[in-house]
Amino acid sequence: MNATMTPFRSALPSQRNDSFAHLLRAEWTKFRTVRGWVIGLLVGALLIVGLGALTGANSQCSFQPNGSTAPQACPAPPTGPGGEWVTDSFYFVRQPLAGDGSITTRVTSLTGLYSTHGGQAAGQSPTAGMTPGVQPWGKAGLIIKASGTAGSAYAAIMVTGSHGVRMQWNYVNDTPGLAGKVSAASPRWLRLTRSGDVIRGYDSADGTHWTLVGTATLAGLPPVSQAGLFAATPGYTTISTGLATASSTGGGALATGAFDHVALVGGWPAGSRWTGDAIGANSIVSGSLPASAQGFTQADGRFTVSGSGDIAPAPSAGDTATNTLAGVFVGLIAMAVIGVMFITAEYRRGLIRTTLTASPRRGRVLAAKAAVLAAVTFAAGLVAIVIVIPVGERLLRENGNPIYPASALTLVRIAVGTAALLAVAAVLALAVGALLRRSAAAVTAVIAGIVLPYLLATLPGVLPVGAEQWLTRITPAAGFAIQQSTPAYPQVYASYTPGTGYFPLAPWAGFAVLCAWAAAALALAVFVLRRRDV
Amino acid sequence: MNTVLRAEWTKLRTVAGPGWLLVAAIVATAVVGALAANAVSCPAGGCQVDPAKVSLTGIYLGQAIVAVVAVTAVSGEYSTGMIRLTLTATPRRWLVLAAKAAVVGTASLIAGALAVLASVLAGRVLLDGHGIDPAHGYAPLSLADGTVLRAAAGSVLYLTLIALLGLGIATAIRDSAVSIGVVLGLLYLFPIIAGVIGDATWKRHLDQISPMVAGMYIQATTDLRALPLGPWQGLGVLAAWAAGALLAGGLLLGLRDALSVGRRAANRGRGE
Repeated sequence: MNATMTPFRSALPSQRNDSFAHLLRAEWTKFRTVRGWVIGLLVGALLIVGLGALTGANSQCSFQPNGSTAPQACPAPPTGPGGEWVTDSFYFVRQPLAGDGSITTRVTSLTGLYSTHGGQAAGQSPTAGMTPGVQPWGKAGLIIKASGTAGSAYAAIMVTGSHGVRMQWNYVNDTPGLAGKVSAASPRWLRLTRSGDVIRGYDSADGTHWTLVGTATLAGLPPVSQAGLFAATPGYTTISTGLATASSTGGGALATGAFDHVALVGGWPAGSRWTGDAIGANSIVSGSLPASAQGFTQADGRFTVSGSGDIAPAPSAGDTATNTLAGVFVGLIAMAVIGVMFITAEYRRGLIRTTLTASPRRGRVLAAKAAVLAAVTFAAGLVAIVIVIPVGERLLRENGNPIYPASALTLVRIAVGTAALLAVAAVLALAVGALLRRSAAAVTAVIAGIVLPYLLATLPGVLPVGAEQWLTRITPAAGFAIQQSTPAYPQVYASYTPGTGYFPLAPWAGFAVLCAWAAAALALAVFVLRRRDV
Repeated sequence: MNTVLRAEWTKLRTVAGPGWLLVAAIVATAVVGALAANAVSCPAGGCQVDPAKVSLTGIYLGQAIVAVVAVTAVSGEYSTGMIRLTLTATPRRWLVLAAKAAVVGTASLIAGALAVLASVLAGRVLLDGHGIDPAHGYAPLSLADGTVLRAAAGSVLYLTLIALLGLGIATAIRDSAVSIGVVLGLLYLFPIIAGVIGDATWKRHLDQISPMVAGMYIQATTDLRALPLGPWQGLGVLAAWAAGALLAGGLLLGLRDALSVGRRAANRGRGE
């Protein structure tokens, strides 16, 4: 007997029947000739469209403005220069500024009132029974604004309740300045200078040594802008920290800033007087007090300005495109079932023996299966999503829900990303099915890996705070971050949890986590498939 | 009935799968409950944590594993073709389903009891170090407390009802992957869709008819007035779903032939 055996090499030419293109064709034939799988795919796509339309048709939004009995559709918030929804509500003490110039002031105090329980009883003063205290993002300072319309471009430098001096412009930009709270012993000097379209903000602790805090370029700022002092504060909000999906409770708040040493240099028309307005007082900003509670006093060059509201992006103010994608979870379960059955059916019927005899290179068999499954699921998912997003948004609008104006790029990312999520989930199901070879356990493992963590993170009252951050970073459910429509803004205190549509990872980072899970499972499946017998 | 029961018990215990899956369900429930209890943090202002509910969070995962056991108990017979032998031996088909329900239900009951006991123990040990202690006004988790006992016993019943729900659906659908997809879809999709719908009345109704959300009300020990249904009413909703599934499965079992779907297709191809 030979001591060594030469391995068998088939004399058949290996190129002609074993190329990857042939494998793809074989797998595609296997998929399309099973009536049940094709029907399951179509049913999954139909359910995506149907459930999106159903949720759109059943979401009514109406609100009753004060003094009217007929409910109206919920109004859309104003849009800022960048197209995002904004809250633009504050008390403005202003003069017109023609052309270039600067305004300087010294802020000696920032105080406030807030209420913990919501609206006041009718007939009472709006500030009756409020507790003294400034909100962390209560603000007072200088602002140069294109006009008095809510949503117009602006640049402002301000002192805040707990975040020091900040320069903010066009709602989404925010830069820190001097830290520390403002008081009579440690006042803050603020200055805004306009030259053309560029506005620069400076701060100082003593009035002589000035530091540049930030530079804002407001394209298209009109020659005559409105500039002056302002005060605003978001309402009192506590986001309860016992539970992961936080609920916020709050009431109205008022901030009062004390200004003196107001100096105007440049194009200020002579003879103008300071006029005070409550900008955006009729908007339904939560926590904003009515115009009667706001105001200003002027005596000997000292101003006190009291305002309520906020000048910031408006998170979670309405529905986004993601709300029309509720059916994607049904589609996900359907695709996972089909992905598992695509491989386990071969084992059950014994076809695997034929397949692996025809293509001895087992890794390529699995790769061809994954490619066909991913392509088919992506195509079906994309068609369904491209249909459901406009249809669902139209139904939501007809029911009075304002839709967040996401940019075209964001919508494309949401649509393509969600279809890719379905495809990658199906490939993950295929890999787990090849590993376990038992269809029920494989389907359960995939659904428990993708849908269950998302559910636990978004169901109210289930998980403690912090646990849902971990779940939506590590598990395959991180892939749902691709659906996030609006970014989280640090200068707005709100509940940024998966329950309200904000994920801890950036969209493509979260999707990459899901892809990593699928790739690892596929690699493990190839490894195991090569070592096992059929 | 005795012989049928013994036959079903033999089928369950002589295959390695169900036993290990039930052990996995116990371990998964206890581990997830321990992780959830470990993640609790109580700020100085006081926390709104429901200690029993947090320590029983593992049921969300354990129910999926118990559902797999129930589904494979039926669909395994169809995929191997053993259903023909079973129904030949016991022509009264409702008896087969009843015996399966009894055996699988009892196994889930015992596994559920062990899982819940382990979860409550883990919760009692871990929550104490995370602010759920007498200093904050919480008594240590103990089954001597009436509401905690109700939550724990209710969770054991919950797992049993999930097993019966899975059994009924698998008898109706017969294919294991599709049945488990339908069961998990029924459980997980109601709350996801309720979370997306903006209308508050629709949300409330969806929560009231959902098998998982309503069934989980049995675990609530604090803030019961905020729930749309009482705890036992919620468990009753799940019981109604399980009964409906068993009824549908039993009817279809009695009306259809005993072949699995794939075998019928193969026979059709052969010209039968």
